[in-house]
Amino acid sequence: MTAPGPRTGPRQPAPRHHGQAATRAAGHSRLDIDRLIGDPRTRIIVCCGSGGVGKTTTAAALGLRAAEQGRTVVVLTVDPARRLAQSMGLTALDNTPRVVAGTDLAAGGSLHAMMLDMKRTFDEIVEAHADPRRAAQILANPFYQSLSSSFSGTQEYMAMEKLGQLRRADEWDLIVVDTPPSRSALDFLDAPARLGRFLDGRLIRVLMVPARAGGRAYMKVLSAGFGMVTGVLTKVLGAQVLRDAQTFVSALDTMFGGFRERAEHTYQLLQAPGTAFVVIAAPEPDALREASYFVERLADERMPLAGLVINRVHRSAASRLSAARSLAAAENLDGTRYPLAAAALRLHADLTQLQARERRLAEHFTSAHPAVPVTEVPALAEDVHDLNGLRVIGRHLTA
Amino acid sequence: MTLGRDASRPGRWAGGDSLHGVSARDTDWDGVRLHVVTGKGGTGKTTVAAALALALASRGRKVLLMEVEGRQGIAQLFDCPPLPYAERKVAVAPGAPALPGGDVYALVVDPEEALLEYLEMFYNLRRAGRALTRLGVIDFATTIAPGLRDVLLTGKATEAVRRRTDGTNRRYVYDAVVMDAPPTGRIGRFLNVTAEVAGLAKVGPIRAHADAVQKVIHSPQTAVHFVTVLEEMPVQETLDAVGELRDHGLQVGGIVINMVRPPMLRQAELAAAARGAIDLDELTVGLKAAGVEEGRDIAGDLAAELAEHARRTVLERKERRRLAAAGQPRYDLPLISDGIDLGSLYQLATTLRDQGAA
Repeated sequence: MTAPGPRTGPRQPAPRHHGQAATRAAGHSRLDIDRLIGDPRTRIIVCCGSGGVGKTTTAAALGLRAAEQGRTVVVLTVDPARRLAQSMGLTALDNTPRVVAGTDLAAGGSLHAMMLDMKRTFDEIVEAHADPRRAAQILANPFYQSLSSSFSGTQEYMAMEKLGQLRRADEWDLIVVDTPPSRSALDFLDAPARLGRFLDGRLIRVLMVPARAGGRAYMKVLSAGFGMVTGVLTKVLGAQVLRDAQTFVSALDTMFGGFRERAEHTYQLLQAPGTAFVVIAAPEPDALREASYFVERLADERMPLAGLVINRVHRSAASRLSAARSLAAAENLDGTRYPLAAAALRLHADLTQLQARERRLAEHFTSAHPAVPVTEVPALAEDVHDLNGLRVIGRHLTA
Repeated sequence: MTLGRDASRPGRWAGGDSLHGVSARDTDWDGVRLHVVTGKGGTGKTTVAAALALALASRGRKVLLMEVEGRQGIAQLFDCPPLPYAERKVAVAPGAPALPGGDVYALVVDPEEALLEYLEMFYNLRRAGRALTRLGVIDFATTIAPGLRDVLLTGKATEAVRRRTDGTNRRYVYDAVVMDAPPTGRIGRFLNVTAEVAGLAKVGPIRAHADAVQKVIHSPQTAVHFVTVLEEMPVQETLDAVGELRDHGLQVGGIVINMVRPPMLRQAELAAAARGAIDLDELTVGLKAAGVEEGRDIAGDLAAELAEHARRTVLERKERRRLAAAGQPRYDLPLISDGIDLGSLYQLATTLRDQGAA
């Protein structure tokens, strides 16, 4: 592999003029997806955005397009729709990258895809770092089971862990990650650090004291603060719970000796040159607000943003006929024998209004973030569930 | 649910069969006091929860609308500053004739605050709680302790449901509680409280608390409503979650079909248009009659828009049939194309009432 070249900020390709330019805010720079995926220095693309905006589909479409343009790609997806997963050959949640059949390999690339199994990823970390006896002890602990299967940050954390593993394996020259369907896009950035903080925090050290000091002797060295903590915990949670927590924490402590460091590594990976974030939104106030927060947050964290994809944008090819004129014309037809034309005009008026509203929302975003390149994908009547559908999305992303 | 009203007929919100003026309570969910609203991201779950709260609050009733994911979506909808962890009045619901309007209160539940409140309420440990916060214990407990976070959130909802006024006649403080719950993908686990804390606490106060919460959630007083749009993925998630909740023995409520667009074409025309078979000559003549001068020039573009609309409508009908198979009452809400404001919330609330959802 070649070392990624230095990059100081987000790519800002010059605006290109073409047929669809009119639908975007005037003078705004355009996200050039082909340049992004075609640049050999781009090694990781992270797709993020709030739930329900089409992250998984976008990630898969980017991966397929890059592979068919000659790159060696793996797509790491977290929670794909069933039919999309099937179309990519992802039938089992088995943490193993699988070849996506049907990819056009003419350009010399390849495409693998895998679905994240967060519990298994966590189990594997434990098994890799602890002797079998201790590993079994950890895996059976209720705190561990909760942490590895239902803690809301674990999925995010394990997605990052898996990303790090894939990067280290160095079998692919482009990794496309679909982030977990967090309600808030920001969870994705916060969760790993939060989890790391827990496993290496002040509380952990407090809970660890009895295990380290051993037996009854620890009573003497404890502060009043610790007695109060254990007292309350015992009272509220019960003694068994406290013992489980202590066992869990001491087991993890001997195993990792610094979980936070691990979280920081994944964080650094996200800041590294060669990583590009693609923020995905729908042309709706909530999704664009989340996108704004995310863009600002990425800047704060010095993480490289490639740009924004606005999915499911409505466009009319006949925007020369305004909504007002269309509606007035439809009313002219009331009570006449032209129901088809009346329907077409009403529909067109709705569509034109929707388009205008979406454009206002997009302009809202671009005026707040003028440096962020944007691209749009039109709303399609049908859901995507095969490679051809992904190719269509890929073309729209770059059109 | 009490009366088998057919709330499933599509398009009722558009029709003229408004039920205004019906004075006796006569809804699909009489007896339900905790309305849990879930839905896939992007389907308008928070908006529907707010509209349902408004609908339930008419006729002088008092309703609490709860948010559990800390996004301040309720404050945005009702156009007020971010809400603290306190019950605040956010809206007055319109009254029926000769009856006063009701009140909607809102509460953003924060699990850490809920845990501190719980410690104070049951153990009188307010100060100790603050010390625990400084040590990170509260953060740890609400984040990692299995199921504790969820049991605190659902626990707050059930507390509000059961809360009574002081004094002699001890009425319920809230006639109904509406919870803007986690999305469909997580709702089963979220509500299956006892199973979640089982690994953590087999006995003891947390377990007792979870059991009490579980009792309310599993009672006929609680119903879980789903919000979806007529697209494949949200519908599939809805059907999956309906099955999961039934397996857990929870009462599945109504399915709110959100952002419905009325079809512009009749059945026969629709099928033809979906195939792309649109008579361009007929369309051009019609456009001319309507006064659109560039008729021929623009007819092709409009025909393409019609065909797209028809294809989408055909797919939507298929999704509607799949939802019907779930056998739950369904309510349609129209697409509000100009964005949701307080006015449109009231409109959605009326539409829900008219269909018997509240």
